[in-house]
Amino acid sequence: MDKLINDFSFGLFFWQALILVILLILLAKFAWKPIMNSITEREEGIKNALLAAENAKKDMQNLKADNEKLLAEARAERDTMIKEAREIKEKMIADAKEEAQAQGEKMIAQAKATIEGEKNAAMAEIKSQVSTLSLEIAEKILKGELANNDAQAKLVEKMLDDAKLS
Amino acid sequence: MVISKRPLHLFVAFAVAILPFFSSANTISDSTHVATETSHESHVAHAESHEEAEPTDKKSKIKAFIDHHLQDSHDFTFFSDEETGKHYGFPLPVILIDNGLKLFSSSKFHHGEEIAEVDGNYYALHHGKIYKTNAEGQLNYDEHHHPTNEKPLDFSITKNVVAMLVTAILMFFIFVGLAKSYRKGPLPAGFGKVLEPLVIFIRDEVALPNIGEKKYRKFMGYLLTVFFFILILNLFGLTPLGINVTGNIAITACLALFTYVVTQFSANKDYWKHIFWMPDVPVLMKIALIPIEILGTLTKPFALMIRLYANISAGHIVVMSLIGLIFIFKNWVAGPSFFGLTLFISIIEILVAFLQAFVFTMLSALFIGMAVQDHHHDEHHSEDMLGEHDNAII
Repeated sequence: MDKLINDFSFGLFFWQALILVILLILLAKFAWKPIMNSITEREEGIKNALLAAENAKKDMQNLKADNEKLLAEARAERDTMIKEAREIKEKMIADAKEEAQAQGEKMIAQAKATIEGEKNAAMAEIKSQVSTLSLEIAEKILKGELANNDAQAKLVEKMLDDAKLS
Repeated sequence: MVISKRPLHLFVAFAVAILPFFSSANTISDSTHVATETSHESHVAHAESHEEAEPTDKKSKIKAFIDHHLQDSHDFTFFSDEETGKHYGFPLPVILIDNGLKLFSSSKFHHGEEIAEVDGNYYALHHGKIYKTNAEGQLNYDEHHHPTNEKPLDFSITKNVVAMLVTAILMFFIFVGLAKSYRKGPLPAGFGKVLEPLVIFIRDEVALPNIGEKKYRKFMGYLLTVFFFILILNLFGLTPLGINVTGNIAITACLALFTYVVTQFSANKDYWKHIFWMPDVPVLMKIALIPIEILGTLTKPFALMIRLYANISAGHIVVMSLIGLIFIFKNWVAGPSFFGLTLFISIIEILVAFLQAFVFTMLSALFIGMAVQDHHHDEHHSEDMLGEHDNAII
């Protein structure tokens, strides 16, 4: 302890204090402040960049998910559209078939009715013609038959038989 | 390493082989060696008694040289020629306050060999201190062999002051350079790449954990300045320039005082409250704790002062003693082996230079942290007695 006190030099202490104070002030102003600011700034920058990258990644993922969702929606829409189209097509075909059938039946019915009418008319005409012809024939025959009595009688009989038969 | 080992082994083997020739040769010429050779077991005791009885020239010379090296000096001597008495170096200005300012060159003292006469006053240089004497340069000694002559206030630019000035200028240019290198880009260039990790280390490992995120920024300037100041001076001390700045009690005292002042002036209300009126203890205890707490604030910087001084001084003494042993033994075994040991200790001293700078900064930060810490002690205590983690103690 005695040696320590003896070694203590006030002049040295004074110079040390002076140098340290000046050094502290100068360095604080010209060195530590800009150095610390630069380091902090850089670290903040790195932190922000990392955060931005993370956000960008997240955004990308969101975008990708959105795209996929959109794609799936489009696909589903397409599917429903195709389905609808198919249904419409089938319906149209069925409708057309039905209509055609109905039309056909109608036409057939009409044809049948016409045929029936024509047939009846034809029959009526044939009947009238047959009766006219018959009368003419009968007249002719009568004219020929009536030339002799026997023949007349026979004819009458025959005709009567025929009448009975018909 | 594999290649270089073999010649080393050979050399050591050769040195051992030729040992008898040299040791026997030495015993004849060197009287010091006889004592050490004859009794190896009782070497220490023998050496001590030997010194007391008949101080050998070389040993006391080395001891004086080490003592001289540890002291501050009024001139910058790189080496001296013993035979011609010539010193190679340069003188430094001496500034004395003794009935006015006295300014003269230290060359007037002729390395303590002559009395300097300035304006009718006579000054003598004795063991690095300047004493006022009469014209004959007579020094009166007390029983501890200290001169009792009047000591004028000595504000000389000594070797240590020069070392500090050089360090300060060096630090200024290095760190202003580092600050400027950030203007060019976010990363430092050149030597800044080495310094920046140290700056970040002080911030992340010293300031942040001890002072806290909110308040650390204000003390970074002090901590960084002190760290690099001590580190550079420690490393300067290991160079062959032969300066011992951080191993000087005035320097460490000043540094410790700065930490003390910074701590006391930045302390908050809680800190003073814990010193003068300790909460949660009986009134009698409060009064009893006041002197203890005040003494506690003083012991912290005192420990800082002694720790740095003792570590650096011890390092210098050990290294210089080992070098001195080479010259005492002066043979083929002792030379290389003490050289190796000195190299080993020197490498450890580099580690110590970093470690002591770090420890000083670390403890300064710790003391500042204690003074500026927000204590939540009182609030927690009233709320719940058991659960809360007590910040005040940590």
